[in-house]
Amino acid sequence: MTDATTEMAPYAFVRKETLEQQPAPLSVAGPLAWIRQHLLSSPLNIALTLLCLYLVIDSVPGLIRFYFLDAVWSGTNRDACLADKVGRPVGACWAYIADRFQYFIYGSYPINQRWRVNIVFVMFALGVAWLLWTSAPKKKLGIFFFFVLLPISAYVLLLGGAGAENFLRTCMIVTLALAALYVILSFVPQIVRFYIGDAALAVVEQLPVWKRFFGPKQLVLFALVVFAFLSLLASGPGLPRVDTGLWGGMTVTFLIAAVGIVFSLPLGVVLALGRRSRLPIVQLLSVIFIEFVRGVPLITVLFMANTMLPLFVPQEYSPDRLLRPLVGVALFAAAYMAEVVRGGLQAMPKGQYEGAMSLGLGYWSMMRLIILPQALRIVIPGIVNTFIGLFKDTTLVTIVGIFDFLRTIEATLVDPTWATPTTRATGYAFAAIFYFLCCWGMSRYSIAVEKRLAAGQKR
Amino acid sequence: MGTGPGLAELNRERENPFHQTGDNNMKKVMRAALLAAMGACVAGSALAQGGGTLAQVKGKGTVTCGVGPGLAGFGIPDAQGNWSGLDVDLCRAIAAAIFDDPAKVKFVPLSAKDRFTALQSGEVDLLSRNTTWTMSRDTSLGLNFAGINYYDGQGFMVRKKLGIDSALKLAGASICTQQGTTTELNLADYFRNNKMKYEVVAFASNDETVKAYESGRCDAFTTDASGLYAERLKLSDQSEHIVLPEIISKEPLGPVVRHGDDAWLDIVKWTHFAMLNAEELGVTKANAAEMLKSENPEIKRLLGTEGKFGEAVGLSNDWAYRIVKHMGNYGESFERNVGAGSMLKISRGQNALWTKGGLQYAPPIR
Amino acid sequence: MSTTSAEIKPGKASLFYDPKIRGYVYQFALLAVVGFLIWSAASNAIENLRAQKIASGFGFWHNAAGFDVNQKLIPFSASGSTYGQAFWVGLLNTLLVASIGIVLSTFLGFFVGVARLSSNWIVSKLAMIYVEVIRNLPLLLQLFFWYNAVLKPLPNPRQSIELPAGALLNNRGLYIPDPQLGPGGSLIVWAFLIGIVATFVFRSWARKQQAATGKQYPTGWIGFGLIVVLPTLVYFITGRPITFIYPELAGFNLRGGIQIFPEFVALLIGLTTYTAGFIAEVVRAGILAVSKGQTEAANALGLRSGPTLKLVVIPQAMRVIIPPLTSNYLNLTKNSSLAVAIGYPDLVQVFTGTVLNQTGQAVEVVAITMAVYLTISLVTSLFMNIYNKRMALVER
Repeated sequence: MTDATTEMAPYAFVRKETLEQQPAPLSVAGPLAWIRQHLLSSPLNIALTLLCLYLVIDSVPGLIRFYFLDAVWSGTNRDACLADKVGRPVGACWAYIADRFQYFIYGSYPINQRWRVNIVFVMFALGVAWLLWTSAPKKKLGIFFFFVLLPISAYVLLLGGAGAENFLRTCMIVTLALAALYVILSFVPQIVRFYIGDAALAVVEQLPVWKRFFGPKQLVLFALVVFAFLSLLASGPGLPRVDTGLWGGMTVTFLIAAVGIVFSLPLGVVLALGRRSRLPIVQLLSVIFIEFVRGVPLITVLFMANTMLPLFVPQEYSPDRLLRPLVGVALFAAAYMAEVVRGGLQAMPKGQYEGAMSLGLGYWSMMRLIILPQALRIVIPGIVNTFIGLFKDTTLVTIVGIFDFLRTIEATLVDPTWATPTTRATGYAFAAIFYFLCCWGMSRYSIAVEKRLAAGQKR
Repeated sequence: MGTGPGLAELNRERENPFHQTGDNNMKKVMRAALLAAMGACVAGSALAQGGGTLAQVKGKGTVTCGVGPGLAGFGIPDAQGNWSGLDVDLCRAIAAAIFDDPAKVKFVPLSAKDRFTALQSGEVDLLSRNTTWTMSRDTSLGLNFAGINYYDGQGFMVRKKLGIDSALKLAGASICTQQGTTTELNLADYFRNNKMKYEVVAFASNDETVKAYESGRCDAFTTDASGLYAERLKLSDQSEHIVLPEIISKEPLGPVVRHGDDAWLDIVKWTHFAMLNAEELGVTKANAAEMLKSENPEIKRLLGTEGKFGEAVGLSNDWAYRIVKHMGNYGESFERNVGAGSMLKISRGQNALWTKGGLQYAPPIR
Repeated sequence: MSTTSAEIKPGKASLFYDPKIRGYVYQFALLAVVGFLIWSAASNAIENLRAQKIASGFGFWHNAAGFDVNQKLIPFSASGSTYGQAFWVGLLNTLLVASIGIVLSTFLGFFVGVARLSSNWIVSKLAMIYVEVIRNLPLLLQLFFWYNAVLKPLPNPRQSIELPAGALLNNRGLYIPDPQLGPGGSLIVWAFLIGIVATFVFRSWARKQQAATGKQYPTGWIGFGLIVVLPTLVYFITGRPITFIYPELAGFNLRGGIQIFPEFVALLIGLTTYTAGFIAEVVRAGILAVSKGQTEAANALGLRSGPTLKLVVIPQAMRVIIPPLTSNYLNLTKNSSLAVAIGYPDLVQVFTGTVLNQTGQAVEVVAITMAVYLTISLVTSLFMNIYNKRMALVER
């Protein structure tokens, strides 16, 4: 058809220009349609919507009034939160949280020493951020920091005293010796020919002096910096011993969680490898340990750590009261971690193992270089979920008499200084907010990682 | 992550082998060294020591004393973590006798459930925390009681508005108690003997028990009478609660040590007796220095100006003088912590000296 | 382990590099280390126990207990009962709360899980909030909340809240009327039991009929008639032989009726709501695992959404749901040990708490407790594995 024919066409009613696009009818688009489709699609749904709306309207304004509008935000004792003293209806007593906030964080840790806890908190936050932030630089350094330097620093800083200082000195000497060793090696790498072999040596010799053995040197230097910093603190303000009986609050909660993850992850990897091992005895022992621990409640493990551990060691080595639940929690978490890691190992295609073997790698090299890096990456969500469980379970140490965060809340609830009808609701709300933010944050992270991993698998 | 002076030695011993192999393979060296360091950190929890408890205490430089987790008047830490109380004073007195310094005590708060394990395992040198002397504890738990520093008995606390004045009217009541104590057994015995029904609600910790009573879960709260007075301080409306007159059990409370170390038992026992003798002889914290010049032979023997009684238990001869100088005598400690000078305001009663109609009686130093 | 290379060139590998020999050496070393650890722990324990003069062995089992427990399913009293009986009291209480909790949390969990997938926006959002909040808070905190903040502030017995049918609620618990069977009352119980059995028989018959002829029977209504109407009829025919003992104030507490302790209620609510949060996620994942084509095909066949869910989606989802559901049931059972924090006399509270303290025999008591939980875990996994296999067999 040509232009001419169109123009000449007798059909006068045919439109020449495109019609303006009309909005969709109200029944299929727009807020009303959305409401109809999502809230009122059937009689049952209408009833459900009304019921839910009733629930929301019934509870939410009351909660807002209690926790915000009627809440008391400042005060020094219970009088501020007693309705007949204030002369108005009183909601949550946030003044009590503000007053006891330091106690919730540090427990009875001596006030003039609390800067030490703060330093550990900062280091912990740094380590966590380093590991969790997926595009952070120098991941290996971060892992070394979190799993080696952080525990040492936390031990030295939190406990202090002569023992910790001696320990720090030892660490310093070991590190210095290693540093000296690497300086010598940088100039005369020939010394280690028989260990690394001729080919690797040739590669090393090609590099300028300062770049030889760069990885390990970096770690040693980093350790030196951290230890020097600790020594400075020890010689400057001093680190007098603070007994574990005085520790408490969020410090202890984070400590248990951190010890749990730092020790349970490596132990879990070992157990998972053991369970997948072809050596029958190794496999049997791993299975027994894992299934035993997973079959009993954490409380009984804690009771066992508390009452039986002192019996199993010679009297003079009787473990510290805080150390016992830490051992219990670490072993408990390790069994769960092992199952998560095992999932990752099983998900590895057989080709990866065979490829590694065909390269002539031994068992440990294969695991370290090929299998574990991949397997651990795909189970990061599982590890984080186990860790969320571990973090929630730290509350159970309350039952064996450790002053964790929840226990400090409970302890302040019996204190007459702040005994009001609303103190309890406030304390529990505060605890709930704390645990929720921590756990929910972690679960969001886990979901984000899961999505990232899934994105890599998409075609 | 325990520690001890032993750490340094442990590490120094472990260092050498690694240095020898050090030039062989650096990565393994570093890994091994760090592993060893961490291992030492975990393993080195206490120093292996020989000898009796006294030698160990002198070696450590502190007395490790198991106390209650917080019972006003007997052993409770303040906001700064300084402990005070009648039981705490006994620990300090022992430190004063050994080191001439009442501050050289490390307090380990222990719950009722953990206390004996802690003492048995050597975690604490003595237990000074409201522990009732019973035959089974003395004979089958491997413990020795070193005296009675407070004569107590189990009682009941109820709300005033219940309108009862005797424990015999508690038939059918709900009663809150802490589990793992003799209290639980006495309670059962008492109600069985009097043929009354009751409902027991047992909690693992004292705080939970008090909370349950305060919230009205139970009609009555039972524990040692001294504990009732102390716990009443924690209630927000103290005047609403009364302690019933019945004392349903004998609860002689005293310090406990491990079985088999008689020298240490002697020290603990005689520290308590020295404080009692000092009260009997009128030696106080204020006049102790003056009393050194006293001509009274009994005071001279107590304060060590005559005889060598201190050396006989492995201490210096002025051991009792040190105790009184730092801590005062038993009466002073009592008044300061639980008596008229304290918030508890418990009368001396059975705990008065035998010369004043009470039960506190110390053998002479002779 | 380079087994492959060893197989290819068996002659070349020296004894030192032979993976088989290495394997033996590693295993022997591990056994030696574990054996040494166990041996030293045991010898230390024996040494310590002897030094501390703690009795050992299970002789305490038959010793008189001398304490009381408030909630007991078997007779137990301070006079005459033994530690062994205390163990059974605690174990039965654990099993009671765990079994009721499992049933309730399954219902609640399925309900919330389906609600999360509902097309109704507000329903699915509320379900999501429930799941997120419950799963991200420690169970112990939730138990403290239910016990200390919800149940304890209830009024005292004198001001009990009156519930329908003569039940009373106060801070000592929930009191419900205690039914007493008069003469002929046992007939009602029999009628009830017969009703249940008859319902099952009828249902299997109806299924066979449907498979053979395609004819459907109203199993629901007939079941209702057998289980509910039949006993009711018997009740009236026999002249209403059931009387109730109503709770009433006597002294400090209420007397009469059945008392349900607040500790039990708090633990049950806490365990149920907590586990339901996890079960909801399991159910949601299971339903989402059934491909959408199945639902669409069911719709195309003319099934409505209810029967689609019941006949098509859920049976397939169950295969995905059952393994994690099992572990949630086990978690609930293990979590019931938190009872010790709020004073419910379960196994841990009675046995690992009171009995351990009265006897001082930590090793034996903790070992028995662990063995009990381990047995429960293993037996449950065993049954669930059998069930799982039966479900899996349906697959083609």
